[in-house]
This record gives sequence, structure tokens and C-alpha cells, in this order.
Amino acid sequence: MRRVQLRRIDSALLENDKMAYPQDFKYTKEHEWIKIQGNTGIIGITDHAQESLGDIVFVELPKPGATLTAGKSFGTVESVKAVSDLYAPVSGMVTEVNEELSKSPEKINADAHGAWMIKISLANPAESGSLLSAQDYEKFVSEEVA
Amino acid sequence: MSAAPASAVTPRKTALNAVHREMGAKMVDFNGWDMPVEYPRYGGIIAEHMGVRTGVGIFDVSHMGDIRVQGPQALAAIQHITINDAAKLALGQAQYSAMLYPQGTFVDDVIVHKLGEDDYLIVINAGTREKDFTWVRNNARGFNCQVENLSDDFTQIAIQGPRGVELLQKLTDADLSAVKFYWVTRGTVCGLKNILIARTGYTAEDGFEIYVPSDVETSARVWKQVLEAGKELGVVPCGLGARNTLRLEGKLALYGHEISDTINVWEAGLDRFCKMEKSEFIGRDALARAKTEGVTRTLVGLEMIDRGIARDGYRALDSTGGEIGYVTSGSYAPFLKKNIALAYVPVSYSAPGSEVGVEIRGQSVKAKVVPTPFYKRPKKGS
Repeated sequence: MRRVQLRRIDSALLENDKMAYPQDFKYTKEHEWIKIQGNTGIIGITDHAQESLGDIVFVELPKPGATLTAGKSFGTVESVKAVSDLYAPVSGMVTEVNEELSKSPEKINADAHGAWMIKISLANPAESGSLLSAQDYEKFVSEEVA
Repeated sequence: MSAAPASAVTPRKTALNAVHREMGAKMVDFNGWDMPVEYPRYGGIIAEHMGVRTGVGIFDVSHMGDIRVQGPQALAAIQHITINDAAKLALGQAQYSAMLYPQGTFVDDVIVHKLGEDDYLIVINAGTREKDFTWVRNNARGFNCQVENLSDDFTQIAIQGPRGVELLQKLTDADLSAVKFYWVTRGTVCGLKNILIARTGYTAEDGFEIYVPSDVETSARVWKQVLEAGKELGVVPCGLGARNTLRLEGKLALYGHEISDTINVWEAGLDRFCKMEKSEFIGRDALARAKTEGVTRTLVGLEMIDRGIARDGYRALDSTGGEIGYVTSGSYAPFLKKNIALAYVPVSYSAPGSEVGVEIRGQSVKAKVVPTPFYKRPKKGS
């Protein structure tokens, strides 16, 4: 909500813009989110990321079995204007890929926190301790915007 | 002249800057100008692009420059400085043209308007404003004419798309049906007398560009009146993002990409605008030599076969992975719904159907040469 006030958006826009950052996700400063359930991590990009990218038209994701290293690039997301690397929030192995996104990348614009990209099995669950909470990420983004 | 370099700390602003911000536009630095790249509240780049193809969109293009050449030898000066034949222009007619260096490469591409007898307006690009003005002034020196930089005098608004004529007609007393593509007229627009109205654009669509006084108040009033009048037509404000994808689908050149000071007219495929037979002009001798020597690379349209988007500067590869050229512009094409690009490749690869690779993040991704322009606007049925 704070972002919305900061950006002084009119009420018409407010409706589709009050995307809250889910409390049960963790976040990176590169604007990925990860939802950790037991030994599994589900990864996507944040609403702020999709908003700054604009219309997303291409996603390149690793195949199941690929290894992710925390902080290293694991794929690419492209909007009409921009090419952006995806960074692994934590290390692990890809177990599942959201194939739907290769045909319909615009789903990320429509629902960034629902449009997951990959699922991984965590290599070192302790790594997630260094990620941002929803509050910290929101603060980080509002400072970045301002 | 206090020419601000592109890297200036304070970017230049058009008179509509505050209006763009008010409308929630995402702003970017474009050649030293703080310009809207898209208006997320109105749907963003793809919606803006589609709006222009199917209805009408409006653009602030005030960052473009304008040079007036006036006097008894204005035509001779224009003929000396540009490649097209300005002698063929009727009063009120405009032509696409270019200014060349003596070596036949581009200073800039331009539109030359004949506004009166011995009175011409050259419309130039934003990134090359100072360079172009200096070039025209210096090269017109031997002619009896005045060269005036009017770049800061106008707020230039482009009204583009099949319904652009309908929109603008609501705001002017000029009979727009009598103005053909690449012709200009003058009329009252939004209550402002004697406004220059040109049926030109950079979207591969029908449309107009109007030149209104550049004070902030007038500019904002006209912009808002155009938006208001276009409401029932579904008008969309458009930023540089859509402007780029629209011009790419239409294979319209962008300075620094398809044309530059290292690319000549033949390579860029702009032969039909270059009138070698008209008379002497700067760059002509070099072009004649280049033609004799033969062109080795040429601009082609590419459509990606495999998944991937070719971007500006990516390398073009042969089947063994060897470098054969480079991409000048590339994007997802919103109307065509394909990934397309323009690239310089050896002439031997120019036939439609030829396969080339584009190096994307270290991989060779397959593309094929296709006929251009990628998009051509449908001819009116009437």
C-alpha cells in the first residue's frame, strides 16, 4: 500500500495496482520471489519486476535437472523493450518448469506472484536466511523507486 | 549554441514533459531527452502499438528538430545538401530524403517540406539536432539563403493510425481529405491560427504531424484537446517504445541503427530516395564509386525461426557459427506477433528464405530472411 501512496496513482489504476507482497514468500534484491515448502522452492519474479519491465514477451527457463547456484543467472525474461537476467535466490536442482509461460509470457504481467517459473529442490535450505522478507523487499523497492 | 551532449546530467525536456509525468508515463533518457517510453495506465507498449495499427495514437515528437532554409537559392542549397530531388516538390509537398557526408554515409535522414517558393523546412532527428544544424548552415554558406534553427519553436504532435484523420478533422478547419500522404497544409487547430499540418509519420500508418507553438501552456492545452477529441475513437497516448516497434514493422530507418556515418545509401537500401541524376550533391561521387565497386553488405529483414529475440547489436552468424553481420534493430513485433529484426548481412544472404543464425546469449538461434517491409498498411477500399 505504501508504494501506491508514494507514486500518487489515481483511483482507476489503484484497483489493479494494489498488489501486496505475499508474506510467505522470500525476495531478492534482483526482484525474484521464492516460496519455500519443505525442501521445495517455487520461484518467480515480483510484481515490481513485471511492472518495470512492461509487456513481457519472452521467457527462457532452464530444463528439469539443471543446477542453480544462488546469485547466479538461471534464465532470461524479455519485455518489448528490455532483456533481463533471472537470478537464483538459492541453490538447487530444477524439478519442474512452468511450460505455460513460454507460450503465454504475458501471464507474468497479469499475476506475477501466481505465475511461477520453476520449482527446485533446495541444495542448502539455510541459504534462504539471507533473503528479504516481504516487508524488507517492499521497503527496498520503495527506496529504489524514490 | 549551448549544445548539450547526450550524456548531459540534466536531460532536455519537451514542453509536454509535465503532462507525460501527470499521465503516469514511464520516462527514459533518449539521446539526451527525457521522454515517455510508454504509458502503463493506458495499457503499455503493446496496447499503444495496436492502438495505432487499428485506431489512433498520439505521440509527443517535439524532440525532433526543424531547420528552415529560405531565400532565392534555398532550393539550390537543399539540392546540394540532400539526396532526393527537391526540385520535384510542389508547393505543400514533402519528401523523405537524407543528408550525406562526402564519403556517402549518413549525416541523418530527413523530411524536406516545401512550404513556399524558396522556403523549405527540413525535419531532423533528436539525437542529431546540433550536428545537423551545423551541417546545413556550413554547407549552405555558398548559397544566397538563410538557415534558421526552429527546433525549439515547435511542439510537434504526431496523430497516427487509420482513424487519425477523423480525430484531427474534429479540431481543424483545414480540409484534411484534400491533403495527400506526404503533403502539408496550414489551418486553424484547436483555435490556433496558421498551424502547419503535415500528413507524415514514423509508424507505417496514415497520420499527421502538427507543429504548434512550444510554450508549455499552449502545448499542454493542444495535447489534452487532442486526447479529449479522440476519446470516442479510443485514442491512446504512445511513447517511444511503440514508436520504435511501429517503425520497425514498417522497416523505417532509425539513425544510429539502420543508418549511420559508417553506412551508405546503397547498403541501407534507400536507393529510391537517392536521385543520382538530379545534379551534384554532397556524397554523390562517393556513392557513384561505391556502386561501381559493388555493395558487399545489405540491410535485410529477419524473422526468428527458433525461440529468441534478436536485439540491436547481436551478431549474425553463418551455418558454421562464423560472424557475417549484425542486427541493427530487433524486437517482438506486436501487430505481426513475431520476433523480427533488421540486420546487415553479406549480399549473398539477401534472398528471402536464406537462413542465418543470430547469436543470442552465446547460442546461434535460427532466423530466416523475409521480404520487407514486414508490415504494409492496407490500401483504403474507397
